[in-house]
Amino acid sequence: MAELDQAHESYELGMHTEQLSGRTQQVFFSAEESDNLVYPWAPKVDFDKHAELDVESLDQQTVNAEIRRLMQEGFGTITVRNPGAKHSLGVGILSRVNLHFDGSLGYFGCGLLDGPNVTVSGRVGWSCGENMMAGTVLIEKNGGSTFGAAVRGGDLVCKGDVGSRTGIDQKGGTIIVGGRTGAFSGFMMQRGRMVILGDAGKNLGDSMYDGTIYVGGKIADLGVDAVEGEMTDLDRDWLTRKLAQYGLEAPNGAENMIKIVSGKQLWNYDNLEPTEKKLVL
Amino acid sequence: MCGIAGLIHRGKSSNVGRELTDMLQSLKHRGPDSTGFALYGNPKSGEHVLRFKVAEQEDMRHGFKIHDQVIERRAEVNRRLDELGARRISEEEATEYAFRYWITFDGDMKKLADYVEDVEGAEILSIGNALELIKDLGDATVVSDQYGLGEFGGTHAIGHTRMATESDVDIRSAHPYWAYPFNDISVVHNGQLTNYWGFRREMERRGHRFVSNCDSELIAVYLADRMERGADLEDAMRRSVDELDGVFTYVVATADKLGMAKDVMAAKPMVLYESEDFVALASEEVAIRSVFPHEIDTYDPYEGEVMVWQS
Repeated sequence: MAELDQAHESYELGMHTEQLSGRTQQVFFSAEESDNLVYPWAPKVDFDKHAELDVESLDQQTVNAEIRRLMQEGFGTITVRNPGAKHSLGVGILSRVNLHFDGSLGYFGCGLLDGPNVTVSGRVGWSCGENMMAGTVLIEKNGGSTFGAAVRGGDLVCKGDVGSRTGIDQKGGTIIVGGRTGAFSGFMMQRGRMVILGDAGKNLGDSMYDGTIYVGGKIADLGVDAVEGEMTDLDRDWLTRKLAQYGLEAPNGAENMIKIVSGKQLWNYDNLEPTEKKLVL
Repeated sequence: MCGIAGLIHRGKSSNVGRELTDMLQSLKHRGPDSTGFALYGNPKSGEHVLRFKVAEQEDMRHGFKIHDQVIERRAEVNRRLDELGARRISEEEATEYAFRYWITFDGDMKKLADYVEDVEGAEILSIGNALELIKDLGDATVVSDQYGLGEFGGTHAIGHTRMATESDVDIRSAHPYWAYPFNDISVVHNGQLTNYWGFRREMERRGHRFVSNCDSELIAVYLADRMERGADLEDAMRRSVDELDGVFTYVVATADKLGMAKDVMAAKPMVLYESEDFVALASEEVAIRSVFPHEIDTYDPYEGEVMVWQS
């Protein structure tokens, strides 16, 4: 019955309105109505209500279940002690909460988030922040490869170095790296912004469709169809403001960062559909 | 998937058997089929440690004759060692089918290895002054307990937990691989080599032998071949990154060095912790945490990177 009640509530909130305009499009949220910016089943938490969780002896499923339990009990600020580089911690949180990991995370940490503000005092392994929709994740030390894969929204920030394929398939949001990145960063990027304050590895932005990459250090080389774009005042202002938000600065100033965009010369930018090509030929 | 791990103490000895067991056990989820250890102990001058087996673990479960055959095969190995002038100082039965001998031998090591392996079912796991290579089916704790590795003292070690994808679940296909016929060189690998057969044929033409169809064995043989032709460890490793095709991260150890190499795509994981007197590296940070439970600074080596540390 609880599920039925939730569905009922979501209909009342207007979350299942379909607008038909050639394609079926579901409109889940209205930006005009701030109340709609939370899922109907999201626990109501008080950010002034603190909880601490020592997870040294807990497995990853139990840790995630404990975080959810605390949120259900209204705790809006949760500190997780001794995460011990366990995998898949802090994943699938679809509501607002301040979550602090006192230590390091393993692989797939903070994936599938939609709303929370997460800080990690240590390091994160591969695929941190994968598919994040909204919220912020701030990592104080280094990150592994595929950092922010397929991010769709929010800010994912690592103050140290990260590995290869950073922001692969990025679809939105902002990825900020305080140090260097490995090869194939921004591979097949589609939207959003990536800021690399240090050096970028080879094949940067390979096959990117859209989006913008800013680099403060040296670029080993650009990938296919990635080209240098013109820095504008809007870029500089946005960079300065966004970096200051996380206590970061471009090493040589925002005005000297290099902007990389898609050259849009690949075959997929051809306006003709395959069937139309046949007609032309 | 597979998990690999390595550690090296600089300028001191430690219980590397226990440390590596803990690291590999925490990587069990990456490969539960078999576990292997290459442990570098404190060598005695002039002595070699010979680790060999005369049957697979699986063989011991089949047939009534295998137990007698194991005894016969071991006796034949002993006879051949004696024939070539290797002096057996002491012998230890690690399992019913795997043995640890201390020998002295001044002759051609390749000839000795070939002659011993010509005995049916016999495979030399390692010959070394410092190296002892142990591998069997089961997780790290099972293998470590079975072979009594918990008290093994030494300077460095590498190990592997295997998820069989390219070849059988048997000891032959388990890692580490000894870089036959070189003393004290061993390799563990996570990944796939796509030009395996081409290089294998080339190595076989040069006279190298392969005991398995596992692509990881090629790395050990490749490095042995390069070093036989005069390259040092680091040069051989750098060349391997250019010449071996596929996705891989591998760890190699010699009598006094530990090295790692990553392919140019950096498609396989490796996390590294380095302090003044200790280096630990593994497929996942949880393995390093099993040795260092407190907060440490770790990082991922980058694409195409080759690193070597001295004990």
